[in-house]
Amino acid sequence: MTHRGSRVLHVGSLSRVEGEGALRLHVHDGTVTEARLEIYEPPRFFEAFLRGRAYTEPPDITARVCGICPVAYQMSACAAIEDACGVTVDPVIRDLRRLLYCGEWIESHALHIYLLHAPDFLGRTSAIDLARTHRAEVERGLRLKKAGNALMELLGGRAVHPVNVRLGGFHRAPTRNELRPLAEELKRALDDAWETVRWVAGLDFPDAHTDADLLALAAPDTYAIESGTTAFLRADGTTGSFPLRDFTDRVTETHVAHSTALHSRLDGRLHLTGPLARFAVGGHLLSPVALQAAVEAGLGDPREGAVCRNPYRSILVRAVETVYAVDEALRITEAYEPPARPYTEVPPVAGVGHGATEAPRGLLYHRYEIDADGIVTSASLVPPTAQNQGAIEDDLRRLAQRAISEHDPDDAELTALCERAIRNHDPCISCSTHFLDLTVVRTSGDTPRDFSGGCDA
Amino acid sequence: MSTPTLAVFKLASCDGCQLTLLDCEDELLALAGKVEIAHFLEATSAVAPGPYDLSLVEGSVTTPGDAERVRSIRAASRHLVTIGACATAGGIQALRNFADVNEYRRTVYAHPEYISTLATSTPVSAHVDVDFELRGCPIDRRQLLEVITAFLAGRKPDIPNHSVCFECKRRGTVCVTVAHGTPCLGPVTHAGCGALCPAYQRGCFGCFGPSGSVNLPALIPLLRNGGASRSDSGKGGGGRRAGGLDEDAVMRFLHTFNAAAFDKELRK
Ligand code: SF4
Ligand code: SF4
Repeated sequence: MTHRGSRVLHVGSLSRVEGEGALRLHVHDGTVTEARLEIYEPPRFFEAFLRGRAYTEPPDITARVCGICPVAYQMSACAAIEDACGVTVDPVIRDLRRLLYCGEWIESHALHIYLLHAPDFLGRTSAIDLARTHRAEVERGLRLKKAGNALMELLGGRAVHPVNVRLGGFHRAPTRNELRPLAEELKRALDDAWETVRWVAGLDFPDAHTDADLLALAAPDTYAIESGTTAFLRADGTTGSFPLRDFTDRVTETHVAHSTALHSRLDGRLHLTGPLARFAVGGHLLSPVALQAAVEAGLGDPREGAVCRNPYRSILVRAVETVYAVDEALRITEAYEPPARPYTEVPPVAGVGHGATEAPRGLLYHRYEIDADGIVTSASLVPPTAQNQGAIEDDLRRLAQRAISEHDPDDAELTALCERAIRNHDPCISCSTHFLDLTVVRTSGDTPRDFSGGCDA
Repeated sequence: MSTPTLAVFKLASCDGCQLTLLDCEDELLALAGKVEIAHFLEATSAVAPGPYDLSLVEGSVTTPGDAERVRSIRAASRHLVTIGACATAGGIQALRNFADVNEYRRTVYAHPEYISTLATSTPVSAHVDVDFELRGCPIDRRQLLEVITAFLAGRKPDIPNHSVCFECKRRGTVCVTVAHGTPCLGPVTHAGCGALCPAYQRGCFGCFGPSGSVNLPALIPLLRNGGASRSDSGKGGGGRRAGGLDEDAVMRFLHTFNAAAFDKELRK
C-alpha cells in the first residue's frame, strides 16, 4: 500500500461532503492511472416511482432527493411541468420564487463555505474544531446560514423540504408585513456576507486549473438562478448556447474507455457546472455590490472578462454569490407587492416539458412527460454532481499527478489533498440521481473488485 | 463523568434530517461543548471509534450492505435513535415495496445488473432494536434538540403522540377541510411540525407518518367526498375548490414519504 512507485489509495468514506462517497486512486510507476470518485449512495429510484404520480406532485416528491437543495428540485420540477403545460407564471410569482431560491443559496453557500470547505484551508477537521480558534468567524457563518434559513422558513414554511411551493406558484403568498422583519435580518446578513468575502479572500489558495467546459444557465439581464437558457464557455474561449429541450442531446452519458462507468459529457467533452461556471457565463450581470465584492475578493471584474478556473477559489465565488443572493433578496423584499392570487392555474396538457435552474451546486435539469389526465408517464433528473463527476475526477488526477511528480507525498498527505480537491466542488452525492459508477480495479490482483452501486435519486 | 459521545450515521436518505442538526445554528456550538461529536461524516473529517453514547441514524435499509452496517451501528451504540421518515418508516424509497424493484432498476439504470439493492426499503427498527424513533420528513429541529437533551439527561424525550389536528387547534388555524374542502391527512398524522401545511393553506400530506391513535379507514370516505376531477386531486391540487379524491388519488395521497407506515395502518 505504501510502496511509493505503485499504489492504490482508497478513502472509504469521504467526509464533509453531502451524501456518501468514496475515492480510489491508482498510481502505477509514479503515474496516476485512475482517479475515481465513487458513489455508493444506495439507489432510491425516484425516476421510476415518479411514473404514475399526478403532475402536481413532483415538486414535493423530488425535493426529497436532496435535503440541502430541496428548493432547486422544487423549482426545476415546477419549471419543467409548467413548460409541458404551456404556462408562464406572473412576474410577482417569479420574483417570489427567486426570493425563496436566494434563501437556499445563502443557506447552502454559508454551509459549504464555513462548515464544509473553510476548515480545509485552516487545517481543521470541522467547523466545530475551527470554532476553537476562529469562534467569531464560525458564529458569523452560522448567523448567515440562519438568515438564509429564515427566508426559507418564512416563504416556504421550513428550511428542509419547504411545504409552500406548488405548480404555478405558492399555496400562500406572504403579506408585506410578514416580509418586513426579514429585511432587517437581511441587512445584517449583507454585512456578514461582505465580511465573509474579505475573510475567504485572505485564505491561501493553491494553484490549480480546470480546462473543463463551464456550463450554466444564462438569463437575458440578470444573474441566472430560477430560469435561463443553457450556455457554455470552453477552455479556448469559445462560447455557445442551446435551448433546454436539446439538453439530453448535448449533455450525454458516455462510457469512459477502460471502464464501465458512465459520465456526463457536453458535446463529448468534460464539463463543470456550479459557481465557477455561473461566474464565467453570467458574472457581468451580477449586481453592483456583488461586482464590487468580486473585485475585492481578487476575482477580477467579470465585465472585463474575468473568469475563474481555479477550483480552490470556488469558495471565493460562493462568497460573492452569497453577497449577491442577500442583495437580491433585499431588492425583491423591498419591492414586493403581494400578488392578487398566490399561484397561476396550471391545467394539465399532454406533452413533454423541460426545466432547469441553478442549484447552489450547479445546473439541475428535469424532464417530464405527462398525459392528458395529468399523470406523469416518464421523468428524468440530471443533477449537478452527475455532470461534474468527470471534471472532478480529471481535477483529482491532475492534482495527484502534480503532487507525485513534485514531491511524492505519503498516502496520508495524498488522501488529504484529494479529499480537499473533492470538497472544492461541493459535491452533492445524495442527489446524484442516476449516476452509475462501477469501479473494477484491474491492475492489482489482490485488490477486491469494487462495487460502488449507483446513486440514483 | 467523561463527555458523552454523539454519532450520526446515514443510510438511504436525502441528508435532510442530519442537516437539521446543523440547522440548529443557535445551539450548535453550545451542543458541541456538551457532547463529543465522534462520528458525523457530513460535518467533520475527525472520526473516533465507538462505542457511542448516542447514535442518530438517518435513512432506510435498502441494500444488503446497509443491513449489515445497521447491526454494527447498533452494536457500537449505547442508545440508538432513528431520525426521520426514512429511518422510521422506510421513507419515500419504500414505494418500491409496492412495485417490482427489478423493473425500477431497468427503468433508471443502463446497467441494472451493477445495482445492488434490496427489493424493499425498511425502517431501522425492522433490523435492530431502536431506543426512540423521531418522525418527520424532515424531522423538526426543536424535537431533535429535545431528544438529544433528554438522552443526555437520561430521561424520556417529551414528544407528544397526538395528531396534527391538535396542533392546528392550538395554533388557531382554520380547518382547511371544513373551510375549503381541502383533502388533509392532519387527523391521522403524527404531530411535530406545528401544523405547518394548514397554516400555509394546504392540506397535510402526512410527512410525519401515522399518529399514535389513527383511524385511517374512517378518514377515507372524507377524502373521497366532493368528487372533484382527477387533475385537481393530487396533494398539490385542491385548495380553492372543494376537492374530493378518486380511488387512485387516495392511494397516491397515502403513498408518499411514509407510504409503508400508512399502508400498514390501512391493512389493520
Ligand atoms: S426523512 Fe425525509 S428529510 Fe429525512 S432523510 Fe428521509 S427523505 Fe430526507
Ligand atoms: S405534511 Fe403534515 S406533518 Fe408534514 S409538515 Fe405538512 S402538516 Fe406537518
